[in-house]
Amino acid sequence: MTTAFNSLRTGPDEQGRFGVFGGRFVAETLMPLILDLEAAYRAARADPAYLAELDYLGKHYTGRPSPLYFAERITEHLGGAKVYFKREELNHTGSHKLNNCVGQILLARRMGKTRIIAETGAGQHGVATATVCARFGLPCTIFMGATDVERQWPNVLRMKMLGAEVRPVTAGAGTLKDAMNEALRDWVTNVETTYYLIGTAAGPHPYPEMVRDFQSVIGTEIKEQMLEAEGKLPDAVVACVGGGSNAIGTFHPFLDDKSVKIYGAEAGGHGIDVENGHAASMTGGRPGVLHGNRTYLLQDKDGQILEGHSISAGLDYPGVGPEHAWLRDTGRVTYAPITDNEALEAFQLCTRLEGIIPALETAHGLSLVMKIAPTMGKDETIVLCLSGRGDKDVESVGRHLGFDVKRQ
Amino acid sequence: MATHRIAARFAHCAAENRPALVTFVMSGDPDPETSAEILAALPEAGADVIELGMPFSDPMADGPGIQLAGQRALAAGQTLGRTLEQVAAFRRRDDATPIVLMGYYNPIYIYGVERFVADALAAGVDGLIVVDLPPEEDDELCIPALAAGLNFIRLTTPTTDDRRLPAVLKNTSGFVYYVSMNGITGAAIKSRAAVGDAVKRIKSHTSLPVAVGFGIKTAEDAAIIGRDADGVVVGTALCVALGDSLVDGKAAPGSVEAVLSRVRELARGTRQARA
Repeated sequence: MTTAFNSLRTGPDEQGRFGVFGGRFVAETLMPLILDLEAAYRAARADPAYLAELDYLGKHYTGRPSPLYFAERITEHLGGAKVYFKREELNHTGSHKLNNCVGQILLARRMGKTRIIAETGAGQHGVATATVCARFGLPCTIFMGATDVERQWPNVLRMKMLGAEVRPVTAGAGTLKDAMNEALRDWVTNVETTYYLIGTAAGPHPYPEMVRDFQSVIGTEIKEQMLEAEGKLPDAVVACVGGGSNAIGTFHPFLDDKSVKIYGAEAGGHGIDVENGHAASMTGGRPGVLHGNRTYLLQDKDGQILEGHSISAGLDYPGVGPEHAWLRDTGRVTYAPITDNEALEAFQLCTRLEGIIPALETAHGLSLVMKIAPTMGKDETIVLCLSGRGDKDVESVGRHLGFDVKRQ
Repeated sequence: MATHRIAARFAHCAAENRPALVTFVMSGDPDPETSAEILAALPEAGADVIELGMPFSDPMADGPGIQLAGQRALAAGQTLGRTLEQVAAFRRRDDATPIVLMGYYNPIYIYGVERFVADALAAGVDGLIVVDLPPEEDDELCIPALAAGLNFIRLTTPTTDDRRLPAVLKNTSGFVYYVSMNGITGAAIKSRAAVGDAVKRIKSHTSLPVAVGFGIKTAEDAAIIGRDADGVVVGTALCVALGDSLVDGKAAPGSVEAVLSRVRELARGTRQARA
């Protein structure tokens, strides 16, 4: 395959930048380790043994390739483009998160690290991390906002069952941002022994690149599977964006395919006009520096970071991965906010029409599909990355919908 | 040309054969008036150099003591503009005590780097410590600040090895801040001997004074660490003393004195370091 001269797929540069975004804004304590990590990652990518192990585990442990499914009844319901789901929720642990965790745990072992830490919002990344730590016999500590511990309790139980220590973080609003702060504090303290397994395509370089590479298997498979199913590339691909790991994995292989329109669904919360009432950093934020990178952030006029809000714990983060920030500014990807209520509606539609309970995060992506597909022709196709399953959300959604969720 | 106050003050302390006492307080904690009162009284209590915290919502390198100080300041309405005004007010009465602003990059980035550097100089700031700007990001603020005449003080840590140290020291001025441990502010120093060795190692690479921070809480700590170091930095202990003095989160009659008495005690420690 030839890469176009003005390819959008060449980032980041040597400074870890995508345009002005990205970088390595970390304390000096972490800087030597981040440089080591980058070197170790480059070496691993060039090592056939590493790639073979990654491939083997992807196939036999994660269950790749994940199916591409024609969502017939949703297509019929929307009355426009043919809607396909990339079934990442069928991966082991129930989301796309394991793709990245397998890649990074192998890297951590190569680096001789003996302890793993991670942050988690919805708990999907926490579960995937706890899973690979169990599989490779490494102790792990998962930082999770106290609010999220409450609203994603099933995943907390799974993590504990897998042997992870779950540390609830009560600072701030007790959500993903606060969990990441606390994970960084732990890392700076235990830097010699500890590997920080970041789950989203954000943080200091090389994390955004690394997570993207491990997740790009999603988009690469979509390409192959669509060519098989339809004999052509999709006309549009859609994914939800919090930090943006499933989205960048879905989008990146398509960036240079100009015929493919690309859409990301941000968390619109109570509505984009409600101050501090959403988590749509690219629609309602501006560039700033947090958690090791420059990116779009929700912040006040003094540069203090806002907490934001989303019904979905996985999207409840005031920033976004730096490559998304750059793709937004270049106009290659269109990002749109989806409100809590729109996501709840999509959640129910998918459940009732397709018999698939999607994660609330994913429901944001589906809601965007519901807006776009009807405007497209019946001969066109649109693929949603069905990034996670919604078992973890049934109780909190039930509460929102007024079900009696008490155990009888 | 960089401002001279930092170099002059370290030279003065060296002439007295003692380490400089570097005190960190959070600007605007617990309210603008009390904070200004503390700042004004620090030199007389024994602070040789003042680090003034610029509060930030997400202080990733700080422990609970300094996190809470920042939250109190932000809750009381502190902004970067007000922090600079506080320095200017201090400077009208004290033209000798160096002031170093310490914090995180985002509020500066949002304020505007060029405007910030100009306003900081005009206010009488002598140097900057920005935790999340390693040498790899020097173009952001370090280079413009040095060009304008502000000192840029770098943190070095136990993970900064001899291979990396020259790059870290390259654009450092004023003094070198050695972080005594891998960790966040307020944790406990594990090995005092290792800290002494590290200070000697850094001094073999630079003629700048080396101050040691993170984990120094008492006069005894200051005396021990101050044997080898040119300065000892105390922050968490002062922020906690202030926090403990508050009544229902508000400044109480003893609040200012709670901080100053700790500073006096620490100043005694620095004078015993090499006695």
